[in-house]
Amino acid sequence: MDLRRTEVQEAVRDGVGRFLAKASSPERVRAAEPLGWDRAVWDGLAAMAVPAMGVSSELGGQGAVLADLAVVAGEAGAHLAPAPVVEAMVAARLLAGHPDVGGEWLGHLVDGTGPVTIALRPPREGRLTLVPGGAVADAVVALDGDELVIVAAATDADRVAPANLASAPLADIDLGQGAWDRRIVLAVGGRANRAMAAALDEWRSLTAAWLVGLARAAFGIGVRYVKDRHQFGVPIGSFQAVQHRLADLATTLDGAELLADKAVWALDQGDEASSLPAMALSFCGETAQHVTSAALHLHGGYGFMEEYDIQLYFRRAKAARLVLGDPRRELRHLADRLFGPVEG
Amino acid sequence: MDFSLPAEVEDFRAEVRTFLAEHVTAEVIERAHATGTFHDWGLHRKIAAKGWLAAGWPEEYGGQGRSPLEMNALSEEMYLSGAPVDGVGVAGLVAHTLLLAGTDWQKRTIVPRILSGDAMCCLGYSEPDAGSDVAACATRAVRDGDEWVVDGQKMFTTLAHEAHYVFLLTRTNLDVPKHKGLTMFVVPMDTAGIEVTPVHTVGGERTNITFYTDVRVEDRYRVGEVDGGWAVMMTALVFERNSAWYGECVRLLDHAVAWAGEGRDDRGRRIIDDPSVRERLARASIGNEVSNLLGWKAAWMASEGTLPGVEGTMAKLFTTEHYQRAADDLIDLCGPEGLRRHGEDGAAADGWIEAAYRHCQVTTIYGGTSEICRGIIAERGLGLPRAR
Repeated sequence: MDLRRTEVQEAVRDGVGRFLAKASSPERVRAAEPLGWDRAVWDGLAAMAVPAMGVSSELGGQGAVLADLAVVAGEAGAHLAPAPVVEAMVAARLLAGHPDVGGEWLGHLVDGTGPVTIALRPPREGRLTLVPGGAVADAVVALDGDELVIVAAATDADRVAPANLASAPLADIDLGQGAWDRRIVLAVGGRANRAMAAALDEWRSLTAAWLVGLARAAFGIGVRYVKDRHQFGVPIGSFQAVQHRLADLATTLDGAELLADKAVWALDQGDEASSLPAMALSFCGETAQHVTSAALHLHGGYGFMEEYDIQLYFRRAKAARLVLGDPRRELRHLADRLFGPVEG
Repeated sequence: MDFSLPAEVEDFRAEVRTFLAEHVTAEVIERAHATGTFHDWGLHRKIAAKGWLAAGWPEEYGGQGRSPLEMNALSEEMYLSGAPVDGVGVAGLVAHTLLLAGTDWQKRTIVPRILSGDAMCCLGYSEPDAGSDVAACATRAVRDGDEWVVDGQKMFTTLAHEAHYVFLLTRTNLDVPKHKGLTMFVVPMDTAGIEVTPVHTVGGERTNITFYTDVRVEDRYRVGEVDGGWAVMMTALVFERNSAWYGECVRLLDHAVAWAGEGRDDRGRRIIDDPSVRERLARASIGNEVSNLLGWKAAWMASEGTLPGVEGTMAKLFTTEHYQRAADDLIDLCGPEGLRRHGEDGAAADGWIEAAYRHCQVTTIYGGTSEICRGIIAERGLGLPRAR
C-alpha cells in the first residue's frame, strides 16, 4: 500500500498545473464561454503531449498509465480547462486498440492537431446528442449499433452546439448527413462492445478525477472565503453551522479522491470487471456537486453573482456526470456490476 | 499509488480469518445478541492466547511488533466476523496506556493479567454532567495518607459487570483550570464501595452506571502524575477502531443483498430486481467502499509514521454517519418484514437489519460524537477559527 503519487506524476501535475494556472485562469475560462473552448489551452496541452499521453510509445504516445492521466484530469478540473481533455485522452487509447484502421485519427491526437472525442451514448435515429467535446472535435468515436466507428466532419457545419448549464462544448451531431460523411469502422460485434465498455470505464474514472480536482479547487475558494468574510463582527468561518458543513465536505472529498484513485489503479491492474469506475463517478459527481453548491451558498448573495468565480465551478460540477445520464441510472448500472443483471 | 496490501499483511489477515472462522461460532454471536454483552470470555482468552491483545506492541514488551496495517487488518477481520470483541479494544487500550504511563508495579502485575485474558477492564470517563466535555469530570479523589478516597458516579461503564479494573478519571484539584486538576487511576472493581447498576440501551447492548462511595484506593493504583490525568487520557484516546464500523456496515449490506436476492414480491419477481432496491444497495456499497478507504488511509499514514489525527476522525465521522444512512435505507427496502426482530418468524434477514438499525445509532455518539468530530476537522484540518 502506498498512497503517494510517483515522481513522474508530481512532475506532470506541476507542469500541467503551472500551464493551466495561466492559460486557464478564471478570466480565460470566462472568455471561452459560452462554447467552453480555448484553442490556446488545447495547443499548450498538445505541446506537452497530453492528448496521446496514455498511448504506447510505439504508437507515438508516452506510455503513461491511467493513474498518470488522472493527474492531468485533476488539474484540468481544478482549472476548468476549456478543452475536452478527458475525452481526447480516452479516445486516443480507444483508437490505439485499433491502430490499423484508427491510425490516422490517432496521429491527429499524437500531433495535437485538434480534439477527437467519444460519444458516451449510442446514436438514436442517426443522431448523437450532447457529445462532450463534440462542438469542437474534428472526429467522434461512437458505438453505432454493432459497430465501433469514428466519424468526422470536413467542415464545422451540421453540428449544433446548444447553450448549456456548464458552458461545455457539447454538440448534437447527425451522423451520415451533410458534412459528417467520413466514417471508419474500428471494430464490430463483441469486440466493438467490449472496446466501448472499457473506454466508458476509463472515461468514468478520469472524469471522477476531473471532478475531484474541480471540487478541491472550489472547496479551497469556499474555505478562504469563510475565513475572510466577516459578519456580526467575526469571520463567518467561526460559526459552527458553517464549520460543520465544511467538515463533512472535507471528509467526503477525501473519500472521493481515494475512490477515484483506486478506480484508475484497478483499471491499471487490468481489472476490467471492476465496479470501482462506476462507484467513483457516482460518488465524485455527487461530492463535487455538494462541495460546489456549499461553496457557492457560503458566499451568500455574492455567490449568486456571475462576477464571483465559484459559479463557474458550480455549473460544471453538475454537468460532468449528467452528460452520461441520470445519476440514478448510473447507480443501477453499478448494481448490475455488483449483483448481476436483473432476471428475465 | 498502490492499493494492494503487502504480502505479510494479507498472510496475517488470512491467519486471523481462519482463527475467527473456527472460534466465532453462531453460538457465540447469538449469546452476545441475547445478553447484550459484547464480550465473550472463551473467545477473549483464545484471542489473548494468540497474543493479539498486544499484537501492535514492540516484541520486547510482550507484543508481536505488528504494523498499523496489520493491526487494521486484524481489527477489520474481527468485526467482519461479527465477533463480540468490545472487550478486546478496551483491554488493549488500558494495557497500552499502562505500558506508556504506568508504574513498574502496574506493568508487572496488572498488564500481564490483562494480556493473558484473565482480567477485563472498563472505562470510567463519562459522567452525568461530563459527556463530550469529559474534563468537566466531578468524581472526587481526595488523598488520605497512602490512600485516595473516591466519591462519584460514572455513566456508560460498559463491561463494568465483567471487569476487574475500572480506568477511572477523577478530580483531584478544584483550584486550577478543569483540565489541570484530573488524576487517573486503575481501580480493582472488587474494592469496597463500588456499585454497578445495569443500563439497557436502544441497541440492545447492556452498559452500566457505576457508583463510587467512600472507595479507598491505594496510591499504587494511580496512573501518571497527580493532576496529570488529562495527559494520560490523551495517551489512551489514540484508540482507532474505524474498521469496527466498516465491518458492521459490510455485514449489514451482506444481509440486505442476501435477503433481497432470495425474497420475492407479490408478482413473484426477485426483490433485488426492483430498481429502487438496486439503487439503495448500490449506494450503500459505495459508502462501504469509501469507509474502507478512509480507514485504510489513516492506517497507512500511521504506518508511515504520521499521526492521522484528522484523517482518523474523518474515517470515524464518515463511516458511522454512512452506517446510519445505510441502515435506514436497507431496513426500508425490507418493507414491513424489516420490523420483525431477530428470532421472529418471517423476519427479514433474520432480524439482523433491524438489530443494526438500532445499534448503529450509538456509533455517532460514543468515541467522539459527530459534532465533536466535525469541530476537530474544522479547526485542526481546515484551520478555521475556534467556534464559539
